[in-house]
Amino acid sequence: MSAPLLTIADVTVELPTPRGNLRAVDHVDLSLEAGRTLGIVGESGCGKTMLSRAVLQLLPKKAKLTGRVMFDGQDLVRLAPESLRRLRGRDLAVVFQDPMTSLNPVLTIGTQLMETIQEHLELDAPEARKRSIELLAAVGIPAPEQRLGQYPHQCSGGMRQRIAIAIALSCEPKLLIADEPTTALDVTIQAQILDLLAREQRRRHMAMIIITHDLGVVAGRADEVAVMYAGRVAERAPTSALFKRMHMPYTEALLAAIPKLDAAPHTPLPAISGRPPDPTRPLRGCSFAPRCRYATGRCREAKPALTSAEMPDHLYACFHPIQMAEGVGA
Amino acid sequence: MMQLAVRAEPLLNVDNLVVEYGLGNKTVHAVSGVSFQVARGETLGLVGESGCGKSTLGRAVLQLRRAKSGRVLFDGEDLTAMEGEALRRMRRRVQLIFQDPIASLNPRRRIGDIVAEPLIIAGVKDAAERKRRVHEVLSAVGLDPDLVAGRLPHEFSGGQCQRICIARSLVLNPEFIVCDEPVSALDVSIRAQILNLLEEMKARFGLTLLFIAHDLAVVKAVSDRVAVMYLGRLCEVGPSEQLFARPAHPYTELLLQAIPVPDPDVRPAESVAGGEPPSPIAPPSGCRFRTRCPRADQRCSAEIPELRQVAPGQFAACHHPLA
Ligand SMILES: Nc1ncnc2c1ncn2[C@@H]1O[C@H](COP(=O)(O)OP(=O)(O)OP(=O)(O)O)[C@@H](O)[C@H]1O
Ligand SMILES: Nc1ncnc2c1ncn2[C@@H]1O[C@H](COP(=O)(O)OP(=O)(O)OP(=O)(O)O)[C@@H](O)[C@H]1O
Ligand code: SF4
Ligand code: SF4
Ligand SMILES: [Mg+2]
Ligand SMILES: [Mg+2]
Repeated sequence: MSAPLLTIADVTVELPTPRGNLRAVDHVDLSLEAGRTLGIVGESGCGKTMLSRAVLQLLPKKAKLTGRVMFDGQDLVRLAPESLRRLRGRDLAVVFQDPMTSLNPVLTIGTQLMETIQEHLELDAPEARKRSIELLAAVGIPAPEQRLGQYPHQCSGGMRQRIAIAIALSCEPKLLIADEPTTALDVTIQAQILDLLAREQRRRHMAMIIITHDLGVVAGRADEVAVMYAGRVAERAPTSALFKRMHMPYTEALLAAIPKLDAAPHTPLPAISGRPPDPTRPLRGCSFAPRCRYATGRCREAKPALTSAEMPDHLYACFHPIQMAEGVGA
Repeated sequence: MMQLAVRAEPLLNVDNLVVEYGLGNKTVHAVSGVSFQVARGETLGLVGESGCGKSTLGRAVLQLRRAKSGRVLFDGEDLTAMEGEALRRMRRRVQLIFQDPIASLNPRRRIGDIVAEPLIIAGVKDAAERKRRVHEVLSAVGLDPDLVAGRLPHEFSGGQCQRICIARSLVLNPEFIVCDEPVSALDVSIRAQILNLLEEMKARFGLTLLFIAHDLAVVKAVSDRVAVMYLGRLCEVGPSEQLFARPAHPYTELLLQAIPVPDPDVRPAESVAGGEPPSPIAPPSGCRFRTRCPRADQRCSAEIPELRQVAPGQFAACHHPLA
């Protein structure tokens, strides 16, 4: 096993709010090797975006971050702003749910691509232009030369996301963070974009983090999955191991609640009752306890730590894990 | 399975409906000659990608947007020909639930008043009677009337706001509800709660539903039959189970292939048909799907395919349907 490209060590993010201190990310540990894909899954508000912003060092001003983010041998938390800026867009790239977050509405697509390329790579204008055209072609934009002169609003949502991906890929990043890159897109376009990301990743041997609330999106495309709940990693495992045998009641409930194509119409869905806890009012015990059908007194008293039992790379935070082999576990 | 057959007297009969929008000097062909029926007590699912005209169709059925041509027969009466008091009276029997539950609630009004509003508009003057109805529907959707009636929308989560919207849509005892993407804005776990609630309400109040969504699995979970829409036209209509097992229209097949399945052993179909839907301002001639269809030939650009029966109860608008 090679040394990880990215190591998130004991990262906590807190935000001051009128209701009090909000712990958006709560002691998270994750790591990712070059060329691999990590899927981060969880419901709205569980801290996926805050965690990725912690990696990118793009947190809201008032946010308080503790822990370390080791990327390619340096701790991003302690890196000077100037070095960080050079790193972002070059080795560390990001694609957001709304492509307009990263596109400038008043600049042509060509200008935006060429600016990024020339800022980070030593290419002259004609070379940067040539590279822009190659990139647009690579992300599946028809007639890329003509597109260079167009503005983002002249493109469909799917096209804009392709362009945002082209910009993110323009300097051959080592890590691409895609925060819900397809949530705003239609299924057929979503499939095209996910294929595109997977293809470019293989070709560039890039590491990738895909953030989504859809277990279906990560199932076929991530090497490893981390399930987050209330700011913490609740379960983390290689994708196939996770889907074969999930140990966290939350992961099980999340999967069960998804309507299945092969289920007969009018089959009642096993819904999870209630909703996640208020992040400004953290619970003493397991954050899932109020909704968990396996909860006991112990779950309400103490927080389960992330541990493994059968397989060292399958971690879960639960006192009463499910689907354990005979004789192992709590 | 008698639920599959459209019974002799459908509650809703939409006949060759055409809805257009003016955009500068151009015309958006949002709904172009759509026909379907919904039987009493049935749920018809309507799927299709963004911009294909689902909401426009739903709103035109309820006369919130007037059609350019075509008819909407509700319980035998043509809504498109109705006006004034007659239309208002008819509207009590039909309701609409929106995608964005928070935005569709007035932020300055209390929940009790929001839910009571349709009763006031309908002329229910007895305050005690209104209160009784509001309590009844709020309890029905799983909210405690005493706890929620006095509070404001911002104090509730998206899922709770959708419950409130459903309560409001039920308060006049409607027969028919258009649900326009009622769960699209909700998290997986909350989505399941709301889908179950809609099913429960349907059984309890004997409702007929037109259920709009872009998620096929969501649609299948609640629908007896499903209609697939592409760029203003229906591609295929049929019993849910049958349509998903044996799609006849190439677009239905494309949609099915594109769905991410939560199972790592199911490899995503590498590169589902490329391209994007063309603009409804200048839709392709003939079959509107032909620019993305792997089976398209000359006939597809020359001739508009009509909905034809391809299997019992299943209809597809395609010159070269899948076997
Ligand atoms: N700027 C902010 N100030 C204060 N709190 C914030 C801010 N941004 C997010 N939060 C809170 O931090 C928590 C984590 O939010 P985050 O955006 O990381 O969730 P997420 O998992 O990305 O959700 P989604 O799926 O909705 O994008 C939430 O409780 C959210 O309300
Ligand atoms: N008021 C309007 N003026 C002009 N064009 C409109 C108007 N409303 C909708 N349209 C256009 O009509 C077409 C159909 O829109 P509609 O909202 O019915 O689609 P939809 O299937 O509901 O899409 P979505 O899944 O995004 O809700 C689209 O091309 C849309 O841009
Ligand atoms: S620790 Fe207890 S409450 Fe938490 S997920 Fe496990 S069984 Fe449920
Ligand atoms: S009519 Fe032709 S273009 Fe349209 S779906 Fe059928 S085969 Fe494809
Ligand atoms: Mg987010
Ligand atoms: Mg719509």
